[in-house]
Amino acid sequence: MNHASTMRNTRITPDDIKSHGLSDAEYAKILEVLGGREPNLVELGIFSVMWSEHCSYKSSKKWLKTLPTTAPWVICGPGENAGVIDIGEGLAAIFKMESHNHPSFIEPYQGAATGVGGILRDVFTMGARPIANMNALRFGDPKHPKTRHLVAGVVAGIGGYGNCVGVPTVGGEVNFHASYNGNILVNAMTVGLAAKDKIFYSAAAGAGNPVVYVGSKTGRDGIHGATMASAEFDANSEDKRPTVQVGDPFTEKLLIEACMELMATDAIQSIQDMGAAGLTSSSFEMASKGGMGVELNMEAVPCREEGMTPYEMMLSESQERMLIILKPGKEGIARKIFEKWELDFAVIGHLTDTGRMVLKLRGAIVCDLPIDPLAQASPEYDRPWVATAKQPILAASQVKNLPWREALRILMGCPDIASRRWVWEQYDHMVMADTAQRPGGDAAVVRIHRSNRALAMTTDCTPRYVKADPFEGGKQAVAETWRNLTAVGARPLAITDNLNFGNPQKPEIMGQIVEAIKGIGAACIALDYPVISGNVSLYNETDGIPIMPTPAIGGVGILDKLDQMTTIAFKAEGEAVLLLGQKDDAGWLGQSLYLREVCGEEKGAPPPVDLAHERKVGDFVRGLIHDRKITACHDLSDGGLLVALAEMALGGNIGAALENVAGHAVLFGEDQGRYLVTVKAIDASAVQSEAQKIGVPVRRIGITGGLDLTLGGESASLHDMRQLHEGWFPAYMANAT
Amino acid sequence: MKAAVIVFPGSNCDRDIALALEQSTGTPTTMVWHQDTDFPELDLIVVPGGFSYGDYLRCGAMAAHSPVMREVKRRVEKGTRVLAVCNGFQIVTEAGLLPGVLMRNRGLKYVCKDVHVRVEDSQSAFTAKYNIGDVLRIPIGHAEGNYFADHETLQMLEAEGRVAFRYCALDGEVTDDANPNGSQRNIAGIFNKSRTVLGMMPHPERLADAKLGGNDGRALFDALVETLA
Repeated sequence: MNHASTMRNTRITPDDIKSHGLSDAEYAKILEVLGGREPNLVELGIFSVMWSEHCSYKSSKKWLKTLPTTAPWVICGPGENAGVIDIGEGLAAIFKMESHNHPSFIEPYQGAATGVGGILRDVFTMGARPIANMNALRFGDPKHPKTRHLVAGVVAGIGGYGNCVGVPTVGGEVNFHASYNGNILVNAMTVGLAAKDKIFYSAAAGAGNPVVYVGSKTGRDGIHGATMASAEFDANSEDKRPTVQVGDPFTEKLLIEACMELMATDAIQSIQDMGAAGLTSSSFEMASKGGMGVELNMEAVPCREEGMTPYEMMLSESQERMLIILKPGKEGIARKIFEKWELDFAVIGHLTDTGRMVLKLRGAIVCDLPIDPLAQASPEYDRPWVATAKQPILAASQVKNLPWREALRILMGCPDIASRRWVWEQYDHMVMADTAQRPGGDAAVVRIHRSNRALAMTTDCTPRYVKADPFEGGKQAVAETWRNLTAVGARPLAITDNLNFGNPQKPEIMGQIVEAIKGIGAACIALDYPVISGNVSLYNETDGIPIMPTPAIGGVGILDKLDQMTTIAFKAEGEAVLLLGQKDDAGWLGQSLYLREVCGEEKGAPPPVDLAHERKVGDFVRGLIHDRKITACHDLSDGGLLVALAEMALGGNIGAALENVAGHAVLFGEDQGRYLVTVKAIDASAVQSEAQKIGVPVRRIGITGGLDLTLGGESASLHDMRQLHEGWFPAYMANAT
Repeated sequence: MKAAVIVFPGSNCDRDIALALEQSTGTPTTMVWHQDTDFPELDLIVVPGGFSYGDYLRCGAMAAHSPVMREVKRRVEKGTRVLAVCNGFQIVTEAGLLPGVLMRNRGLKYVCKDVHVRVEDSQSAFTAKYNIGDVLRIPIGHAEGNYFADHETLQMLEAEGRVAFRYCALDGEVTDDANPNGSQRNIAGIFNKSRTVLGMMPHPERLADAKLGGNDGRALFDALVETLA
């Protein structure tokens, strides 16, 4: 083929290469793939997005491959739009978490909203009806002038999208730290349900099969979003606002219903949403996975405005669009469904057996790329890394010992522990009428529709631990999700990971990535809890300052009987409070919230996670829950024992008298693998001896009752705790703190 | 009882309320697409919650002018009962089936939480299984639920006993603190003159099953079945 005659050749300049985020070495590789021919601008654009960090995982791939991704219940691990697990009774749970950090910092409402839209599509494109949304949010210092505006915008955006689409937002996490001042994190997760034998994949097959575009029209928004997401920020990043997409949840709702309707027929060969890098990545990846070629007619692409170039159409990240390969002759059935839902439907091309991606505009070839060589040549780096220096273990005696009541008051009202009610009341967490455990507990529980079973889900990460020791921190993030699922009575099944880090070209950042992944992998293996999907977000830096390493983990588990679910709230007076899993009385204060919020220091080694202990204690607790021996259960995490106890007391509006525990290290230490439970007084000694029999540390630390927490002659009223706990967020957002 | 739920593009509580009805009737609920106007004779039509047509105009304003709503109005004239919840309440006020309007919440934000409402009337097909003064715990989920009507209309509603539910405290006292959205006179739901149409912002279908933490909404559906069977 004579390209000179069919493609208008604008010469690629060094500026073009740079502005597409490609290195000189990568450009040389492009010339190699093309057999020495220079790409045109459309082709350069396609290379740039396909080889961007966001789409290619070029810095992290080597390490991601080491994660455990299989188990007898895993139907589909990483590599598809989302991961799939078998949850029995002919059903599969499909889920994934994905970041939308950079857009959310530039335009918080739309950035967060389209983050929700994108992850929903990743899940329903596989045939699952989304049943729940979760999120993991990190903002800068509450005192930073931008933080309040970003919190308000992100929360409104998540709510605005999820509420309209009609999928409940049932939980998540919100944290504050100055390292996110210039680079917030917005990680959104969707969980869906599908029939196990009706899962849809993205590998294209069948030369001649029609390639169909459905959903919204393509506009000029979001061009180069994937490239933006793969670069550091600087003071001028807000100029990138036009690269942020605009979401339309109403169209997404129609798209879900139309896709579900089409999926119920036998018309679809394969399907993928148009996410990052839009039409380019969807068509390219589908063809690549199936070993096919694809030919698209650009004039058939539904466009929002006239005069859009193939370059713009291919790189647009307009939202609410899907690409479908139909089986032969199914165009009519499909068209009718999308017309009913008043969505665009266009046959824009067909599959070929040439292995090439050919784009035509009114018959003229504007792009002709070899698919396999481009994918094969996709860069993969073994970036240099250095291990994070270990921090010394902090002895309790080195940490100021404040009277417990005073310390508890500070912690209950601090930004990282205060109630998130202000946030989740803006999310419709009840639509679909299956929400069995609402936000505010250890994990959300959503009933499987028309059954007595339920899925439990949670998102967790403690970035200050990861920063101090990425390996232990990675382990801890996984273990905490496992613990939170266990605490509601669920059997943990699998995780999705959303790895947020700084610039991987810096060896110390790359070291955080490598070690955190190793820690995640170790915990997954020890807990039989594989990674089935995930997302990597790098270059989270502004003016060279990185975020704290934040590998957010989303965990999903199952409750075989919904009636076995527990909550954190104390249920009755006169019940015994048991502490399970406390190995000794040393108390781990290094990297604790007590240290940060009460003493104003962030230092020391973080608490180590003994994975064998974790599993033993967790399995024991879950067994007690299933035997209905436990009336309330809460895992111990941020703020340690007394904060957990106060949360349980506030949940049930019942106080407790404590004994057998003393000292700041025990009361506020953040040792891992621990739970607080209540049991009926008559069951207490039996539960204790059962624990002792199998070597689970157990200690009776008090009895529920009254409207205060009392310990060692001092008491704290629930009323006061509640005001502190519920008061901070609304007061902060009203600018009254 | 023959019941149907209207489905607009953007409705998202249609399935939830259909299931709540099914729980009380024991039979599947008919779903009616917004472009259908020739649906069968019915005892009850439900206009469900959601974001009809995206609510990109004033909430409910576009749905109020859809073909199916013209038919719903005709059925109301014939005495068919209509239960309109949340976005449904907004739609039937826009359609003129009930007086007043639902404005932006006083707090300017979407609010999803349980509220308490006091039953103000038990003489309708909807509320027959409640007693006047009963306090129900029912969730809300809306950004525009702030009921407004002019003084004369409010006086008329009160005089004719057409306020169905009022937001209240746990003990039944109607207080401003218990008002989640700024509604005038804490109004959470109202009837038309003949008490055949009920519009309400709280979602009875969301707590109609004890497994979800409460079932105060259940008696509303049970009452409809008993009255209209």
